Amino acid sequence: MAVLYRGVMVGLVGVAFGFQLNAFAQNTPAQTWPDPVPNRQAAAVKDKKPAPRRSLAGLWGSRLGNQAKGTQLRPNDGSPASELPYTPLGRQMYQAHKALEGEDAVPPAGTNDPRVTCEPLGFPRYNHYDLGARIYQDEHSVSILYNYDNRWRIIWTDGRSVPTLVDGGVEIDGQYRESRWMGYSVGKWLDDYTLEVQTVGTLPEERVWLDNTGRPISDRARITETFRRLDADTLEWSETLDDPKMYTQPWQTMKIPMILQDPRTDVLTRYCSPYEIEAYNKAYGDGASGK
Amino acid sequence: MRNRLVKAVSVALLLLASAPAGAHHTGSTLLSDTTVTVKGVVKSWLWSNPHCLLTIEVKGADGQVVEWVMEAQAPNSIYPAGYRNNSFKPGDEVTVTANPVTNGRPYGRIESVVLPNGSKLGGEGGGRRGNAAAQ
Repeated sequence: MAVLYRGVMVGLVGVAFGFQLNAFAQNTPAQTWPDPVPNRQAAAVKDKKPAPRRSLAGLWGSRLGNQAKGTQLRPNDGSPASELPYTPLGRQMYQAHKALEGEDAVPPAGTNDPRVTCEPLGFPRYNHYDLGARIYQDEHSVSILYNYDNRWRIIWTDGRSVPTLVDGGVEIDGQYRESRWMGYSVGKWLDDYTLEVQTVGTLPEERVWLDNTGRPISDRARITETFRRLDADTLEWSETLDDPKMYTQPWQTMKIPMILQDPRTDVLTRYCSPYEIEAYNKAYGDGASGK
Repeated sequence: MRNRLVKAVSVALLLLASAPAGAHHTGSTLLSDTTVTVKGVVKSWLWSNPHCLLTIEVKGADGQVVEWVMEAQAPNSIYPAGYRNNSFKPGDEVTVTANPVTNGRPYGRIESVVLPNGSKLGGEGGGRRGNAAAQ
């Protein structure tokens, strides 16, 4: 029976995804290589179609560019509204970070951003850098393939519980497990169009940043995301950060309307290559920095 | 390097039109708030992450040639503005408008490029105001 159930569920997901492909095929030539940089805008209001039930599948673009100023709702732009509720340690960490962007940016030669050595960004920084992603679903999980550096993340939707945060990691069924780049993510459908996701167990503040401007995040963070399917074309992706080690209160980082893109797009991925970084610094970064 | 710097400044004074522009790298001291326009011959075009690099040779009124290195955004950022891997080839005559770095050296971030056929690449091409990442 379990095998039959799985088969039916996989079939349903396949049909749902196939429908999406066909919807695009009706409007575009069948055999082509679409532009490798998804740039489709949202459909006009009169052309909006209803969202499919419990489906986030598709290729999604944000039109935000590389999010140089950091978190979308509270960019690092010097405005009072964007000042963050740092704890003393949080402020100390921010000041120790030499970012390439934001109000306290430094030239390329002076940065200590782990990104420029091609360290993984870690979660949730992938949400705050060049955001675009392809989302897949099956009966167990939602998988997100971020365009930047082709990095995977898995959200479990099969009813398992959110792990308990403990020092240096998480506890699952009474057993310790280590912190991870993407943490441990569990999703729950609040209704047929809204998936709420909790993530804990991310890497400590010495290893990862929250955004391009050097805002800190610690391994005590609890990240809540809401994926809300507004219509067939639009997925609203929200995120709230609760990190008592770095911030005195939770704050909302983003609420981004993602636009559905042609699923046949073979995306021009922005890979991080140490070879290319070195070549860039040699030809430009060092000289431009006055080094 | 000092010789190169002096040449760069003299070329800038002789050839370049400067105009106010929005600041890039908010809060950073890397890029100037002004733009410069230089006409030169393409030496190389690097289609690469984290940034594409256009190197051009600019001849000054004194006959001296100065090499300018101009950065654009990453390929996936500048593709929508029409930039491609083969947008430039060595020997092409181009006119580049860019935000120069503040230290006076011949480096800058591309705002737009006029190609040999007169067409222009710009907009999202490089100096995308308020949305530029150094790496």
